[in-house]
Amino acid sequence: MNKYIERIYNGIWKENPIFVQMLGLCPTLAVTTSAINGLGMGLSTTAVLVAANILIAALRKIIPDGVRLPAEIVVVASFVTIVDMLMEGFVPSLYSSLGLYIPLIVVNCIILGRAEAYAMKNGPILSAFDGIGMGLGFTIALVLIGSFREILGAGTIFGVTVTPASYQPISIFILAPGAFFVLAGLTALQNKLKAPSATNGSAKKKGKKSACSGDCLSCAGHVEESKEEK
Amino acid sequence: MGKLFNVSSSPHVRDRITTQNLMFDVVIAMIPASVYGVWQFGFNALLVLVATVVACVLSEYVYEKLMKKPITITDGSAVVTGMILALNMPPEIPVWIPMLGGVFAIVVVKQLYGGLGQNFMNPALAARCFLLISFAGFMNDFSAASIGFDSVSGATPLAQLRAGQEVDLAALVIGRIPGTIGEVSVIALLIGAVYMIVRKVISPRIPLIYIGTVAVFIFVFGGFDVTYTLSEICAGGLIFGAFFMATDYVTSPLTVKGQVVYGIILGVLTGTFRLWGASPEGVSYAIILSNLLVPLIEKATLPTAFGKGGSKK
Repeated sequence: MNKYIERIYNGIWKENPIFVQMLGLCPTLAVTTSAINGLGMGLSTTAVLVAANILIAALRKIIPDGVRLPAEIVVVASFVTIVDMLMEGFVPSLYSSLGLYIPLIVVNCIILGRAEAYAMKNGPILSAFDGIGMGLGFTIALVLIGSFREILGAGTIFGVTVTPASYQPISIFILAPGAFFVLAGLTALQNKLKAPSATNGSAKKKGKKSACSGDCLSCAGHVEESKEEK
Repeated sequence: MGKLFNVSSSPHVRDRITTQNLMFDVVIAMIPASVYGVWQFGFNALLVLVATVVACVLSEYVYEKLMKKPITITDGSAVVTGMILALNMPPEIPVWIPMLGGVFAIVVVKQLYGGLGQNFMNPALAARCFLLISFAGFMNDFSAASIGFDSVSGATPLAQLRAGQEVDLAALVIGRIPGTIGEVSVIALLIGAVYMIVRKVISPRIPLIYIGTVAVFIFVFGGFDVTYTLSEICAGGLIFGAFFMATDYVTSPLTVKGQVVYGIILGVLTGTFRLWGASPEGVSYAIILSNLLVPLIEKATLPTAFGKGGSKK
């Protein structure tokens, strides 16, 4: 498989940031009250992820190792500010329903994780594809969770009513507990189907060759971070 | 020497009590309240009761069959869960809502955590709160409930108390008020409670401390009004919750000290929710929140093992 395509396949399926690495769960659980919110959040994160990956990969030889985290945050924060302003200007309704979670993309661990684990070690073009893959994986996961919650909790998908009129929406699914039910249900399904997942050990085995194994404790980045703290 | 000697490890003293006959006693204890509810509210109440119990038992059977676990429907715990859930339903509710709640109680709250004895919350109450959040309209609709030959419109006694109206205490005790199927009649509930206490199925400690704390709390913060306090105790699900739900073995503390603490927490939470919460009733939420605190309470009140501790010199 072509190494660029491989990056995208990796982000969407093999190391899906939500379902396999279980990263960035805070926005995942919070904004997926509807499919459209999930799509909006996913795409804005993808935009930031791709841009930040390219810039960080381009700057990777200039950034001194000691200040690499602050440098990465500055890059990510700049792009998030741009996305934040663009969304406020062009999609104000989506912007207001996502609220605080747009500025919070700065501290989304998927973005920082990819910068650390991939962009700091690879060239800009490969990093761009990695960003696209991871971003699409995140978007697909959010849309999936959002769709389930919207269908069960409101009887609609992307705002279109899909259930028969006799269906009574189970509104707990668009409230906070529903996010946990749906994510847990989808993860259980993954394990049942033996798909890659953080909770059945498959990610650990398969991930050895790639940059991020999903196993943060044994990750080189983790060891370095804890050393720095000392 | 034809005598057979058995060698076995401890415990050597055994009791006749089994899960099955305990649960059977709880079912018997709920019969007065169920009969009263059906008599007062009519056919739909009976339908809700039967359908919820069937849904609970069936979902337990299907789950255990699919997961290839031993089938435990004969121990009666699913029947008890179903009855408690049904008695917590408004009488005119469409039958599919409590059935959905029954499936949620058994599959999500009980079986996913490992079955009987492993659940961290009372399954029936967790399901009730699930339904309350999901179908607020149906779950708070007591308006169509017919009492005897008359139809009463609108508010439950708790809502009336909240609005500052007087309620008839005698009607509260007998149960001629709108409310959920099982919570209305204090007399019927107390008959069941006395039966359980006489049969030593429950100890009166948790319910009495719970109700006592609510009484003191409402008396102090509700304006030192005896009638108001008594009405608050008899109205809503407090009596039902205190005797039948707060005493659930799995989700209440084992130690005496722990049970005292648990009862007080329940009382304070219920009083707080009732006086200052968004809804006039708070028993269900108080009990499931306190259920979550039980492991902590037990850790804090762990008794010293024989031979351990004592004065250190």
